[in-house]
Amino acid sequence: MKRAVLGAVAVAALAIMAGPASAQQKLKVGFIYVGPVGDHGWSYQHDQGRKAIEKELGDRVETSYVESVPEADSERAIEQLARTGHKLIFTTSFGYMEPTLKVAKKYPNVMFEHATGFKREKNVSTYAARFYEGRYISGQIAAKMSKTGVIGYVGAYPIPEVVAGINAYFLGAQSVNPAVKLKVVYVNSWYDPGKEADGAKALLDQGVDVLTQHTDSPAPLQAAEARGKLAFGQASDMIKFAPKAQLTAIIDNWNDYYVARTKAVLDGSWKAQDTWGGLAQHMVVMAPYTNMPEDVAKLAKETEEAIRSGKLKPFKCPVFKQDGSQVECKGGDGLSDEQILGMNFYVKGIDDKLPQ
Amino acid sequence: MRLELVPRATVSPAARLLAPIGALILSFALGGIIVALMGRSPLTALDIYVLQPLSDPWALQELVVKATPLVLIAVGLSFCFRASLWNIGAEGQYVVGAICGSALALATHGTEAGAWVLPAMLGLGILGGALWGLVPAFLRVRFGVSEILTSLMLVYVAELMLDYLVRGPWRDPKGFNFPQSVGFDTAATLPILGDGGRLHVGVLFALAAAAVAWVVMTRTLFGYRLRVTGDAPRAARFAGFDERRTALAVFAISGGLAGLAGIVEVSGQIGQLKPSISPGYGFTAITVAFLGRLHPLGILFAGLVMALTFIGGEAAQISLRLPFDLTKAFQGILLFCVLAADALVSYRIRLVRRGVLAGRAPA
Repeated sequence: MKRAVLGAVAVAALAIMAGPASAQQKLKVGFIYVGPVGDHGWSYQHDQGRKAIEKELGDRVETSYVESVPEADSERAIEQLARTGHKLIFTTSFGYMEPTLKVAKKYPNVMFEHATGFKREKNVSTYAARFYEGRYISGQIAAKMSKTGVIGYVGAYPIPEVVAGINAYFLGAQSVNPAVKLKVVYVNSWYDPGKEADGAKALLDQGVDVLTQHTDSPAPLQAAEARGKLAFGQASDMIKFAPKAQLTAIIDNWNDYYVARTKAVLDGSWKAQDTWGGLAQHMVVMAPYTNMPEDVAKLAKETEEAIRSGKLKPFKCPVFKQDGSQVECKGGDGLSDEQILGMNFYVKGIDDKLPQ
Repeated sequence: MRLELVPRATVSPAARLLAPIGALILSFALGGIIVALMGRSPLTALDIYVLQPLSDPWALQELVVKATPLVLIAVGLSFCFRASLWNIGAEGQYVVGAICGSALALATHGTEAGAWVLPAMLGLGILGGALWGLVPAFLRVRFGVSEILTSLMLVYVAELMLDYLVRGPWRDPKGFNFPQSVGFDTAATLPILGDGGRLHVGVLFALAAAAVAWVVMTRTLFGYRLRVTGDAPRAARFAGFDERRTALAVFAISGGLAGLAGIVEVSGQIGQLKPSISPGYGFTAITVAFLGRLHPLGILFAGLVMALTFIGGEAAQISLRLPFDLTKAFQGILLFCVLAADALVSYRIRLVRRGVLAGRAPA
C-alpha cells in the first residue's frame, strides 16, 4: 500500500515536472516568405503548409513567419528567426539560398529547409516540386481549348524552373496540336499584379485566347476572365477569382512535406536531403477541371494518371532545341533531373527567343 | 470657406527643434492606435518594435548595417534637394555603382590580385554612380529636360542592364544557369569590424559621408551657393552663381554616393551580383533625406529610425504576427507627421471666409 502511494506520488510528481518541461520543448518553426501571405499564390500556399503543421501537430509546435522579405536583404530576417529559438526554418524562395547557407553556418543546431535551391549542408535541406508535370497537362488542355491556335505564357524570370515549365507546357500542347503557337512575356517579378495584368493583356491583344502564368498573383487569370478568354490558376486554386476562365490550376501542396519534416525534427530523425516531388507525391495537385468539354477533361485526367504512374514523362526523349539539335538524353528514356533543373533552352517550335 | 497657409513672421528655435520630436511622438501614437485596432496591445508592440531592438546588441548592429546604404544615399540626395533639383533615380545610380565595382571583383576572381582590388572597386563604384547621375543633370542643363523623369527612367535602364549581365556574360558557370555571378573573393569583400557579426567597414563610410557633408554644407562657399540656389534662385543668379555647374556638381555627388552605397552593399553584404541587389534603398533614401530634413546629422538619425522600423517590423511579425504592411503604413505616417510638423512650424493655418459665397463651391 505504502509503495503504491509512493508510486502514485512519484508519477504525479513526474507529471507535474513533465508538464512545463514539455511545454518548454515546443518546437518553434519559422518561415520566410518572398511575397505577402495574401498573394493567393506562392507565399499563400507555403503559409497553408505552415497552418497544416499547426493543425496536425497542435501544441507540440509553435510557428511564425516573416512576409515580403526582399531576397537581397533576407539574411537578417532569417537570423532573427534562428536567434529567437526557431529550430526549423523554411526559407521559401530561390534567392534566399546564400543567406540561408550563411545563417546555417552560424547556427549549426538549427535545421533549415530551402525551397528550390541546389546547395545543401549538414543542416540545410532543399526541396522543390515538379510543377512541369502539371504544366504538361495544362498545355494539352490549352491546345484543345484554343480557337486561334495561339496560347500565351506570363513568366516571372527566365530562370531554369520557369523555362522548364514553358517547355513542358509547349510539349503538352504540341502533343495534341502540332501546329500550336506559343507567345511568352516576362514581367521580371514574382509578384506584381499590375505588371502581371499588363503582360496578360499584351498577350491577349496578340490573339492569344488561352493564357497561363508563372507568377504569383491571380491578375493574369482575372485579365483573361475580363476578356472572356481562358486561363489557368497558379500555385493555389484560384477559381473564385475567375469562375468562368479557370480551366484548372497547378496547386503547390507543401502541407504533407512540411508536416513530415516537422515530425522528423520532433522525433530526431531529420537529416539534410533533397526532395523533388510531383503528382505522385501529392506535392503537385491539379484543381478540378472546369469550363471545358467532357472529352478534354477526360484527356487531362488520363494524362495526369499517366504522369503519376510514371508511364508518361513530359521530357521524354528525343527532345529538340529550337535550332533543331537533339538534346543528349541523360536520364534513360527522358531528360535527367539535372538537365531539367538547369534547363536554359526553348524546345523546337517555340516561336520566341529565350532572353539570355 | 477655405484653408490658407500663411508664413509665420518669426519661428522660435525651440519650435524648430521640438517639431520633429513632436512628430515622432504623434506617429507612435497613431501607430499605437492602428495596433490596438488590430487587437494587439500597443505597449507590447512598442516594446517589440522599438525598445527590444534598441537594447539588443545584435539588433543594434543590424540597425547600423541596414541604415548604412540609406544614409549614404540620403546624404547625397540632400545636396540635390537643397538645390531644388530632384534626383529620383538614386536606385539606378546605386545599381550602376554596384555593377562598375563588381566588374573588377569578377575580373580578378580567382587570381592572386592583392589589397588594391577593394579600394579600386569602391572608386569604380563612386565613378559609375556619378556618371549615371550626370546623365539627367546634363540633359537638364543642356536641353532643359526634367531631371525627375530622366533620373527615374534611368533606374529601369540600370536594373535591366544588371539583369542582362547576371543572366549573360557574368553568370556563374557552375550555378545551374541561375542568374547570379560567382561569389566574390576575400580580396573583393569588405572587411568585417569585430568578429562574427555583419558590421562591415561600409558603416564608417556612411559616418564619414555625413561628417564631410556637414562641413561642406555649413562651412564652404559651395555649400552656401547650394542653399542660395535652392532657396532663392533669382538671388543666386544676381550673385553670379552658375546654376549649371551647381546642377552637375550635386548630381555627381549624389550619384557617386549612391554608387558607393551600391558597391558597399554588394561587396559587404550580399557577396555576389544578383538580378536584385536592393530592396528599394534608392527610393527609401528619399524618405530618409526628408525625415532628416536634408541635414546630414538629421539624416544619420533618420536612417537609423527607418532601419528600426524594418527590424522592429520583422520582430513584430515573428512574435505578434503583425503584417508587413503595418511597417509600410508606419513609415508613411512618420513621413507625413514630420513634413506636417515642419510646415506647421513655418506656416500657420488661416481660415478664409468668403462673405456671401460662404459654403458654396468656388466658381
